[in-house]
Amino acid sequence: MLTKRIIPCLDVRNGRVTKGVKFKNNIDLGDPVEMAVAYSDGGADELVFYDITASAERRPTDIGMVAAVAESIRIPFAVGGGVSDVSDMERVILAGAEKVSVNSLAVRNPQIIADGAKEFGAQCVVLGMDPVRSDNPKCPSGYEITTRGFREFTGMDAVEWAKRAADLGAGEIVVNSVDADGTRAGFELTITRLIAEAVPVPVVASGGAGQPSHLADAFNLAHADAAIVAGMVHTGDWTIAQIKHDLAAAGVPVRKVW
Amino acid sequence: MTVIVDYRAGNLTSVKLAFAALGEPVEVTNDPGKVRAAPRVVFPGVGAARSAMDNLRELGLVEAVKDAATDGRPFLGICLGMQILFAHSEEDGGVDTLGVLSGQVRKFPSVPGCKVPEIGWNQVNGDAEYYFVHSYYAELGPWTFGKTEYAGVEFTSMVKQGRLWACQFHPEKSGRVGLELLKGWLAC
Repeated sequence: MLTKRIIPCLDVRNGRVTKGVKFKNNIDLGDPVEMAVAYSDGGADELVFYDITASAERRPTDIGMVAAVAESIRIPFAVGGGVSDVSDMERVILAGAEKVSVNSLAVRNPQIIADGAKEFGAQCVVLGMDPVRSDNPKCPSGYEITTRGFREFTGMDAVEWAKRAADLGAGEIVVNSVDADGTRAGFELTITRLIAEAVPVPVVASGGAGQPSHLADAFNLAHADAAIVAGMVHTGDWTIAQIKHDLAAAGVPVRKVW
Repeated sequence: MTVIVDYRAGNLTSVKLAFAALGEPVEVTNDPGKVRAAPRVVFPGVGAARSAMDNLRELGLVEAVKDAATDGRPFLGICLGMQILFAHSEEDGGVDTLGVLSGQVRKFPSVPGCKVPEIGWNQVNGDAEYYFVHSYYAELGPWTFGKTEYAGVEFTSMVKQGRLWACQFHPEKSGRVGLELLKGWLAC
């Protein structure tokens, strides 16, 4: 049986993994390669790295870091941040990342999804999206897409955008709820489920994981295929093995051998 | 020394890095002569069956790859590199492939709750999980060594016929169990 994936997310700022809440209060957590190895050895199914200062500093993704991670772990990982065109995607993939994540860039230029999928295959192109609860009449699902680290509202409906991105060739969609992000109070299940039921590609729940039952809800109630964890594991409050133990007890299929 | 066949079917970085982690020297090539002379051959691949076959023909690699897979040398097909060892694929409206194995490659049926492509870790023979990314699968047959279930279908996830090994999953991205599989192949 295909297992549900647990994906630690590492936000990298100036070569260090940091954790903040809604882009504030950044705390230094450690070296990206050392953390990647520790999570891989501890049973993480996949990793995602966001080079969170790349776009603001108008520089490309830290390729040295991507290559160092690729040399050190043997599980798939995705990279986001600092990608502005197909040649940036190619550099990230050739350095050894399995997937490239695009977010604000794809809102500005949706064609990047189609171009990336054509060049590298849909499985390499991940659409990240930051929906927020909204009463904007242009957003019938009740969720609006934000960009640039939640700073800009786009007037785009989150479910419509997910469908369009999947049509364009996104191989996977990460639904990162602005409302839940950093709260550790649980995933935003409504928008996660709406998107999981609307698109034919895997959906990754993101934002709000604080305890294993939150992941069980994302899988069992919102039908996510994978879930991102950050604070709950970075702080040492939970290990991946503990999360998987609890998920297995809740009837969620998880990878047991690593 | 292991030769990795490069026929423009996907990124080979992970395959190279996995063998590097095992201390095995590799050469990446699209030269049929080098494939013929290789002591052991890895035949990876991500992408579509038709363009893969077109590339193999264009590069003059078809016979060299078939010989490597059938003349008793250690041979390892990965993902699309396993699928095109079979006789025929339903992909792209139907494509005749290498025919080293006689079976068929089919598309996963559409089943509620099962996204296609299958992406993630799935069990082989009910035991350890390996990392899969695929929309098509090879049917079961006498070639089946590893069996996996997805979308209501049981399919061939691994072939082992003497020194001809092939896997639908990606051992190079399957953590420790993947490296152990590659180590086993290097010793065969």
